[in-house]
Amino acid sequence: MNDFDLVRKNLFRRKLRASLMIVSILIAFMIFGVLAGFHRAFTLGEDRAAADRMITVNKINFTQPLPIAYYNRVRAVEGVRQVTFANWFGGYYQDPKNFVMSLAIEPSTYFDVYRSEFDVPPEQLQAFTRDRGSALVGEKLAQKWGWKIGDRIPVQSNIFSQKSGGHTWDLTIAGIVKGKVEHVDTNFLLFQYAYFDETRSFGKDTIGWMILQTTSPENNDRVAKAIDAMFANSTAETSTDTEKAFGKAFVAQFGNIALIVFLVVGAAFVTILMIVGNTMALSIRERTREIGVLKTLGFSGPRILAMVLGESVLLALLGGVPGLAIAALIAMALRASLTNVAPAFAVSPTIMLQGLALMIALGLITGIIPALNAMRLKIATALGRG
Amino acid sequence: MTAEHPMVRLTGVSKRFTKGKETISIFDHLDLAIPRGDFVAVMGPSGSGKTTLLNLLGGIDRVDVGEIAVADHRIDGLSEGELAAWRAANMGFIFQFYNLMPMLTAAQNVELPLLLTRLSKKERAARVHTALSVVGLADRTKHRPREMSGGQQQRVAIARAIVSDPNLLLCDEPTGDLDRQSADEILSILQLLNGELGKTIVMVTHDPAAANYAKRVLHLDKGRFVERELAA
Repeated sequence: MNDFDLVRKNLFRRKLRASLMIVSILIAFMIFGVLAGFHRAFTLGEDRAAADRMITVNKINFTQPLPIAYYNRVRAVEGVRQVTFANWFGGYYQDPKNFVMSLAIEPSTYFDVYRSEFDVPPEQLQAFTRDRGSALVGEKLAQKWGWKIGDRIPVQSNIFSQKSGGHTWDLTIAGIVKGKVEHVDTNFLLFQYAYFDETRSFGKDTIGWMILQTTSPENNDRVAKAIDAMFANSTAETSTDTEKAFGKAFVAQFGNIALIVFLVVGAAFVTILMIVGNTMALSIRERTREIGVLKTLGFSGPRILAMVLGESVLLALLGGVPGLAIAALIAMALRASLTNVAPAFAVSPTIMLQGLALMIALGLITGIIPALNAMRLKIATALGRG
Repeated sequence: MTAEHPMVRLTGVSKRFTKGKETISIFDHLDLAIPRGDFVAVMGPSGSGKTTLLNLLGGIDRVDVGEIAVADHRIDGLSEGELAAWRAANMGFIFQFYNLMPMLTAAQNVELPLLLTRLSKKERAARVHTALSVVGLADRTKHRPREMSGGQQQRVAIARAIVSDPNLLLCDEPTGDLDRQSADEILSILQLLNGELGKTIVMVTHDPAAANYAKRVLHLDKGRFVERELAA
């Protein structure tokens, strides 16, 4: 036997009570793991955003189009190194529920702006540029549907229609896009804007948004002001911001994920904190006499403090670790079906470490008052001998 | 030698308690010497100071004035931490209600004081076995307190008190919760520990039959001792 055995045996002396507390903590950390996984999925793009990349959208709303004529005017703004643009296609494959994140892009500039994220073999990029009816697909999407170079795939739009009628664009896969860095989502399809603009039945000569790279992040503010001033009082005023800010605004459409995580986890934690803290205090109060006996035997106050804190931390770990493990399993199970909404949904090692830190904090906070009381307890009082 | 170096020496000890606005004097310049190897029964009416005396001897409570020395070692000036270490090494305490840990087996209860030592697991196990053998419970090592009678639980408590081989045993009504037969067994064990192993024992009791097992009885009344030698 050692102090840890004593702590463990004390914790489980009332098995039902200990089990209920463990289940409560387990549920709290399961919620924490899942929500933190979602939060990570939605904010990973923000973290990846390049400091020198900016997005220009219609000031009314990013779903409103911009005239394509803006493209050349933005290219001429001082401090802009490169500009490209894209248009949301609203695509799906075979069935509307098979959403495909598809964009009509400008091929000669798009991969220059995103050169640090995406890797396309030069011959495949050339093939894509040469053939107006071709597409580049991300590696993950290609794997999902078993697509390979040369395959002809019908991509349908739930927004656009062709001049000739119908919502289907037949595209030939010219290349596969791979991510250059970890966590880059390659679950997308890109095809030529020129082909899209030529064949669509409405919205001609408009684009969704522009992505521009400045010569230096220090120029961002000046470039943004210059662009927005250039189109002020026009029929399509612009709003230019950094890619990170744009990403945040985009995520905000789904609600403030961080706030939800904070509120839900916070509410669960405060509730559990009160329950576990109260139960620990009750448990220690029940053991007042035994603590007095331990002190009589020679156990010092600090040693008793450490044992009570050890008990509350052990309790938090016994509930928290399986809770996080279940959250990780949930994330693994849901990842495939959430690949379009939250492709990076996972309980990452960082979340695990944050969870462990929270468990230890929970244990220490709930245990500190009972532990201090136990440490300060007078033997004579504990034994009723005062 | 024994008279010059008693196991316990109280010199001019005063102790008062405050209850509301009232201050109650328990001891006023009390002197006491208990020789090494003595077995003393302390008797007296409720409120006479028996429990306070044990608390002071065990370093559980502090004197207001005076000195307490155990085995020539002053304990009245020790800090809480030093007192805890001193108790672990020098003193065994036996309570009226056994005070065993309900979730631990007999052997684990006896092992508790040894967790404060540097003994190896094997050495601890050997000591626990010896202590339980002395009290006749070597075959009950894995029983929990609820699986044992009151007498057996008190024997485990005695084993716990002697496992670290202290020189001084303080017993607070050790037979107060037991039937006559169990009480006699416990008192016989205490007599054995005193006679055979030379432990100095201070036992507080209300029971004259229990006091008869001691070498001498100290009657405590209003904070003063009245001594009476017992026939051997």
